[in-house]
Amino acid sequence: MRPILELVGVTAGYGRIEVLHGVDLALPRGAVMALLGPNGAGKTTLLRVVSGQIRATGGHVHLGGAHVNGASADALARAGLCTIPEGRSVFPNLTVRDNLRLATYAGARAADVYGTAFDRFPRLAERAHQLAGSLSGGEQQMLAMARALATDPAVLLVDELSMGLAPLVVRELYEVVAGLAADGVSVLVVEQFADAALAVADRAAVLVHGRVVATGGPDEISDELANLYLGSVT
Amino acid sequence: MSGFIAFTVLGLVTGAGYAVAASGLVLTYSTSRVFNVAHGAIGMVMAFLCWELTVQRGLPAWLAVLLVVGVAAPLLGALAERVMMRHLAGAPEGTTLVVTVGLLIMLIGAAQAVWPATARPVEPFFGQRGFRIGTAFVTYHDLVMVAAALVVAAGLYGLLTRTRIGAAMRASVDNRDLLRLYGARTSLVSALSWAIGAALAALAGILLTPVVGLSYFDLALLVISAYAAAVVGRLRSLPLTFVGALLLGLAQSYAVGYLPPTEALSGLRAAIPALFLFAALLLSPQATLRVGQIKGVAGVPVPTTRRALVAGAVLVGAAAAASFALPAAQNDQLALGFVYGIVMLSLVPLTGYGGFVSLTQLTFVGIGAVTVARLGTASPLGLLAAAAVAALVGALVALPALRLRGLYLALSTLAFGLLMDKLVFQSSLAFGFNGSLSVPRLAGLRGERAYLLVCAAAFVVVGLGVLALRRSRYGRILLAMRDSPAGCATLGLNMRWTRVRLFALSAGIAGFAGGLLGGLRQTVAATDFQLMGSLPLLLLAVVAGVTSVSGAALGGMALMLLPVLASAFPALGGLVYLCVGVASVGLGRDPNGVVSHLFKLGRWRERDRWRPAGLAPALRGAGVHR
Ligand SMILES: Nc1ncnc2c1ncn2[C@@H]1O[C@H](COP(=O)(O)OP(=O)(O)OP(=O)(O)O)[C@@H](O)[C@H]1O
Ligand SMILES: [Mg+2]
Repeated sequence: MRPILELVGVTAGYGRIEVLHGVDLALPRGAVMALLGPNGAGKTTLLRVVSGQIRATGGHVHLGGAHVNGASADALARAGLCTIPEGRSVFPNLTVRDNLRLATYAGARAADVYGTAFDRFPRLAERAHQLAGSLSGGEQQMLAMARALATDPAVLLVDELSMGLAPLVVRELYEVVAGLAADGVSVLVVEQFADAALAVADRAAVLVHGRVVATGGPDEISDELANLYLGSVT
Repeated sequence: MSGFIAFTVLGLVTGAGYAVAASGLVLTYSTSRVFNVAHGAIGMVMAFLCWELTVQRGLPAWLAVLLVVGVAAPLLGALAERVMMRHLAGAPEGTTLVVTVGLLIMLIGAAQAVWPATARPVEPFFGQRGFRIGTAFVTYHDLVMVAAALVVAAGLYGLLTRTRIGAAMRASVDNRDLLRLYGARTSLVSALSWAIGAALAALAGILLTPVVGLSYFDLALLVISAYAAAVVGRLRSLPLTFVGALLLGLAQSYAVGYLPPTEALSGLRAAIPALFLFAALLLSPQATLRVGQIKGVAGVPVPTTRRALVAGAVLVGAAAAASFALPAAQNDQLALGFVYGIVMLSLVPLTGYGGFVSLTQLTFVGIGAVTVARLGTASPLGLLAAAAVAALVGALVALPALRLRGLYLALSTLAFGLLMDKLVFQSSLAFGFNGSLSVPRLAGLRGERAYLLVCAAAFVVVGLGVLALRRSRYGRILLAMRDSPAGCATLGLNMRWTRVRLFALSAGIAGFAGGLLGGLRQTVAATDFQLMGSLPLLLLAVVAGVTSVSGAALGGMALMLLPVLASAFPALGGLVYLCVGVASVGLGRDPNGVVSHLFKLGRWRERDRWRPAGLAPALRGAGVHR
C-alpha cells in the first residue's frame, strides 16, 4: 500500500536560503514516525512544507495519494491534516471552549469536540471558561492534543510536543499519540527527546543539514543516533 | 427641568450614534490590530452615497439604507482589507496607522471629486415626526438611532461570543498562522470583520448626518468621537465602549445646553470630543511592556558628514540656479517646498528614528507662525523664538502623554491638535475666529529669490543637524527604544526624558518651519494649520521616506506640488489624493519609503557600507557592549 505521506526530493527554504536540500521520506499508513535531528536541521521547516505553510521549491509532496504542493494550509487542515506546531499552539486570549470550537473547522461537530476533549482531559473541563493563555504549559499542550483527538485526522504532525514540559506530562501526551495511532491515525512527530518519541514510534528518520541521513526501526536509529548527530557537528 | 430632559434625550440619542460608529472601530481593531483612522471617512462616503440614492435617484429611504449599509459599505470594507490591510500583518503600528491615513485622504478626495461642494440639506428619516416623553419631544429618527445601537450591540455580542466565525475573528489577532492550521479561511475572516466594521461606519454616518450635516470633514472627524468612546472600552470591551459613547453624547448635549453662550466657550463646546478623548486616554490603564518584541527595520544608509555637506551645498546651489531661472511666483512655490521639507525633517527624529506617530505636526508649525506674528519682529531671533515656543509646547504635550505608547500616543496627538485648533488658534489669543495674522519677513529679504535661498539653506542646516543627531549616542538610543522598548527598560535607560526631549526637538523644528512659513505667506490663518492638513503631510513624509533627510526633501516637494497639480488639472483633484493613498499601500513592505528604492539603485557597489539600524549597534552606542 502506498504511504499516506510521501516526500520525494523536496527542497524548501526561506527567501534565498535553502534549508531542505532534497528530502525523501515516507510515512506508512497508521504508523507513528519519529523525525529526529540536531537543532537547525530543518525539522520544523519540513513540517511547515507538509502543512502548507511554506511552499516547496522543488520535489513532490503526496498526501493520501494526492499531489499537494502549493495547497493552502487551511485547505489541507480541512482535508484531514492536523498540525500542532512548535511552541504553545493554542489561542491565549480565547477560552478553552472557544479554542475547541475552532477545531470544528476540520469537520467535527462542536458538541463532539467538547465531549471527546473533556472526557480525555478532565482538567480542561474544569477550566472550560478560563482563557487558554492562563493554562499551564502542559494543559495548553493537552488542549492542542485534544483538537487532534476530537477531529479524527488522517495525518497528525506534531512539532516538539515535549518542549518545556515535565516528564510525567510528556508521557501522558505520548500515550495520547499512541492511542491515536491505534485508531488508525498516521503520525509524524518531531522531537528533541529522542527516547520519548522512539518509545511510541514504529519508524524513525534522522534529518541532518536538510537531508534524511537514516531511516529505520526505532531501535536501529536509537543505536546509531550518536554517530549520526556527531557527523553533523563538523 | 424640561430642558434637562430634552438635553438628556438628545445626548443619549447622539451617544447611540457614536456607539454604532465606535463598535465598528472596536470590531476591526480587535480582529485585525489595525486602527482604522478612515473609519469616519467610510461613513462619510456612504452617507453621501445614501444621499445620492435617495435625493438624486429617488430611491425610497429604506431601500437606499439597505443597499448602502448592506452592500456598498461591506464591499468597500472588504476591498480596503484586501488591497491595503492584508499586506500589513505584523507591520509596526505606526505603519498601519499611516496606511489608514492614506485611505482617509483617498476617500475624502474621492468624495470631493464625485460630489463637489454645495449645500446638501438632509432630512431625518420620517421628517420631523415623533412623539412626546413627558415634556421632551422625540423624533422617530431618534428612536431609529437608539434602536440601531441596541441591535448592533446585541448582534456584535452574539457574533463574537456565540459563533465560530466570531471566535475565529478574535483568534486571528492572536495567531493568524495557527488559525489557518485549524482550517479557517483567514482571509475570509478578516475581510468579514472589515466588511462589518465598514457597514457600522456607514450606518453611523447615515444616522448622524441630520445631526452633523452632510460634510466631508465633519463626518470624517466623527472618528474622534468614535475613538473617544472606544478608548473608554480600551479598544476591546464593547459594553464599556457603549458607556463611553453615551457619556460623550451627554457631555456634548449638556455643554450645548448649559454653557453660557460666550465666544470663548464656543470653542470649548466644539472641542468636547477631543477633550473627552484626551481624558479617556490619560485615565485608561496602559498595558505593560511586552518583553521579547524586537521590531527592527533596516534603516537607510547614513551618509558621512563630508558627503552630507557636499549634498547640502549642491542643493543650495541648485536652488540658487533655479531662483534665477524661474519667475517670482515659482520661487515662492519652491521655497514652500523647502519649508514643508523642514516640517518633514521634524518628523524624521520623531517618527523615523523614534517610531512615534504625530498626527498633528502642522499644529506646531502654527505655533511657530503665531509666535513670529505676535512678536512682529523681522529679526532672525523671531525664528528662534518660534522654535523655542513650539518646543516648549511639544514638551508640555509629551509630559501628560508620557505613559502612553504606540497607538494611544498617536491618538493623543490627534486630540491635542484638535484642542489647539478649537481652543487656541481660533481664539483671540492667536488668529481669532475666522481671523488671520500678518507675519513679517526676515529683515532685508524683500525679494522672492533671497527668501528661497534662505529656506533652502535652512533646510540644509536642519538636515545636517538631524543627521548629526542620528550619528550621536542619543540617536542610537532612539533606535534602540523604537526596536525594543522592553530591552531598553531592562537596561535602565530613562525612556521618559528621552521621549520628552524628542517631542520638544521635533516640535521645535516644526515651529522653526512655521516661522519661515509665516514669513513666506505673510498672512496666515487658523485654517492653514488644521488636522486635515497634517494628515497628508504625515502620509507624504512616510511615503517619501521618514527615516532619511533625502526623504524629507522629496516629501516636502511632493506636498508642495500636489495642490499645484490638483489646481492645474481640476479633474485630477481627487485622483492625486487617490494616488497618494495607493502609494501608502506600498508602505507595508518598506517602511523606509520611496527614497530607499532610490538609494538601492545606487547601492550595488556599496554593500559593505550598509548598516542595519537594529538593536545591536544601538546598544553598542549606548555603552553596553565594548
Ligand atoms: N523564518 C525563517 N526565516 C529564515 N530562516 C529560517 C526561518 N526559520 C528557520 N530558519 C532557518 O532554517 C534552518 C532550519 O530551521 P528549523 O526551524 O527548520 O530547524 P529545526 O530542525 O526545527 O531546529 P530545532 O530543533 O532547533 O527546532 C535554521 O538554520 C534556521 O535558521
Ligand atoms: Mg524546530
